[in-house]
Amino acid sequence: MTNLIKRSAADLSELLADRSVSSVEVTQAHLDQIAAIETGVHAFLHVAGDAALAAAARIDARRAAGEVLGPLAGVPIAIKDVLATIDMPSTAGSRILEGWIPPYDATVVRRVRDAGLIPLGKTNMDEFAMGSSTEFSAYGPTHNPWDFDRIPGGSGGGSAAAVSSFEAPLALGSDTGGSIRQPAAVTGSVGVKPTYGGVSRYGSIALASSLDQVGPVTRTVLDAALLHDVIGGHDPLDSTSLTDTWPSMAAAARAGLADGALKGVRVGVVKELGGDGFQAGVAQRFTETLALLAAAGAEIVEVSAPNFEYAIAAYYLILPAEASSNLARFDSVRFGIRVNPEDGPLTSERVMAATRDAGFGPEVKRRIILGTYALSAGYYDAYYGSAQKVRTLIQRDFDAAFAKVDVLVSPSAPTTAFKFGEKMADPMAMYLNDVTTIPANLAGIPGMSLPMGLAPEDGLPVGLQIMAPAKMDARLYSFGAAVEALLEASWGHTLLSQAPELAPKEITEGAV
Amino acid sequence: MSEITAEQVAHLANLARIDLSSEEIARLTTELGQIVDSVAKVAEVATPDVPATSHPMPLTNVFRADTVVPSLSVEQALSGAPDRDGDKFRVPAILDEE
Repeated sequence: MTNLIKRSAADLSELLADRSVSSVEVTQAHLDQIAAIETGVHAFLHVAGDAALAAAARIDARRAAGEVLGPLAGVPIAIKDVLATIDMPSTAGSRILEGWIPPYDATVVRRVRDAGLIPLGKTNMDEFAMGSSTEFSAYGPTHNPWDFDRIPGGSGGGSAAAVSSFEAPLALGSDTGGSIRQPAAVTGSVGVKPTYGGVSRYGSIALASSLDQVGPVTRTVLDAALLHDVIGGHDPLDSTSLTDTWPSMAAAARAGLADGALKGVRVGVVKELGGDGFQAGVAQRFTETLALLAAAGAEIVEVSAPNFEYAIAAYYLILPAEASSNLARFDSVRFGIRVNPEDGPLTSERVMAATRDAGFGPEVKRRIILGTYALSAGYYDAYYGSAQKVRTLIQRDFDAAFAKVDVLVSPSAPTTAFKFGEKMADPMAMYLNDVTTIPANLAGIPGMSLPMGLAPEDGLPVGLQIMAPAKMDARLYSFGAAVEALLEASWGHTLLSQAPELAPKEITEGAV
Repeated sequence: MSEITAEQVAHLANLARIDLSSEEIARLTTELGQIVDSVAKVAEVATPDVPATSHPMPLTNVFRADTVVPSLSVEQALSGAPDRDGDKFRVPAILDEE
């Protein structure tokens, strides 16, 4: 069986179910791809090859014994390093947690294992998910498979690069302000941020608790839906987990492939998520996609969300405030490294301060200090309090928009993948990159990014963002699958089939 | 809104328990000033009549049954500790001798 790594998870599921291939073969094929290209991509912080092959052999044995397994049983998956895994280091990209092996699995990891998926390893990320490029990982950046000189997006650049370079068919990500959707956009893959509370956060190392949400990172909308069905649903271990009964996202995605699925769908274009600051090729592909949608029978409606203008400001107060509180747990006592001060008495407070100085990188320090400032007496009302009011205004903007339309669309990111170092010197420039994705996190609604073409000026992927009302994740999958099919029919191929063939690192260097 | 000073950043670093170098304090003073100027615009629309939202999907009274469930063993809980003494976390002195 050739090219197993190019298959979707849905295809692999069928091949595994009728035993055309074994999980060991599928897993080995992905481990071989990792071995061949990982030096150049650096998507992983840890690869658990032996454990993956052992888990795959167990699935094969169960299937051979006639056991009926779930649809994704035997399919490999990469896990973002923000998620606790009992058998692999979990560092969240930070030096302060170097080598930490948690004594428990995150609920989503437990569910993935129970469904028979095969964890391949842990993927790289900006430290504690703070960043849009993986340049803030303490372990070095991940490289975009489309161009190794460019960022893969962030914070979940490792998961997005792993799926788009065919190192894994599926991955888990987390999205606090766009960390699943923006990497998907710049790598030509698919990423979904579910409704807040739709997927358990238990065992996800907390960045900003009112914004964080775990979700799927894949190459197709149906694959994302299949993974969403595995990880979603109520978890008593997460007190913010919704108790709703959810429909099958995979069924919703398949429904989107029916003829005429786009007919009469009211598609809202957010006026404020476009215009100045959006790269020409991004704007062009977005306009073309709207024209395709209209031709397929969708009704395109312009909507206004006047308070989105304040979303980044509110986000960069709320997130640092919550992060400064969450990261107080890194106290050099219960887990992580301990560093003693160079001189002076060894008191707990001084050891803690020396450890946090040595263990945290520049962006984490910047946001902790900003959050501590925003929560300080005398500034609380002006900053944190006002930011929470903006959150209400943004929710009202979404409510007004969804009264008129079924889904909202925008480019997933204002530009294609930028070059390493381009935005490192200017924190605000890096923050502005999240303009399109942040509103969904502030309001708790679900969002998806899928590829909508290559920008003509640089040949790099452009993402389409789709947003739906809270708890209407199934609508995202139906609409997303329909748009994906429409776009691929117009191109005659998938977007990722246009990605450069990645040769082993040595060969690449030899050819230069 | 308000001018950020190096003394303020040093004070914040102390509150946040991060032993910043003087170079880091100098750089953060400039950066924090720029960021705060930019995010202060939230006050433009945050009028008194707008209620605050702290949680996107508010839930109230999230309870579970009061029953004993499996939890971490002492060994598991101590497994990630940088230092231990038998069944306890070992920490440096809590109080300064001065």
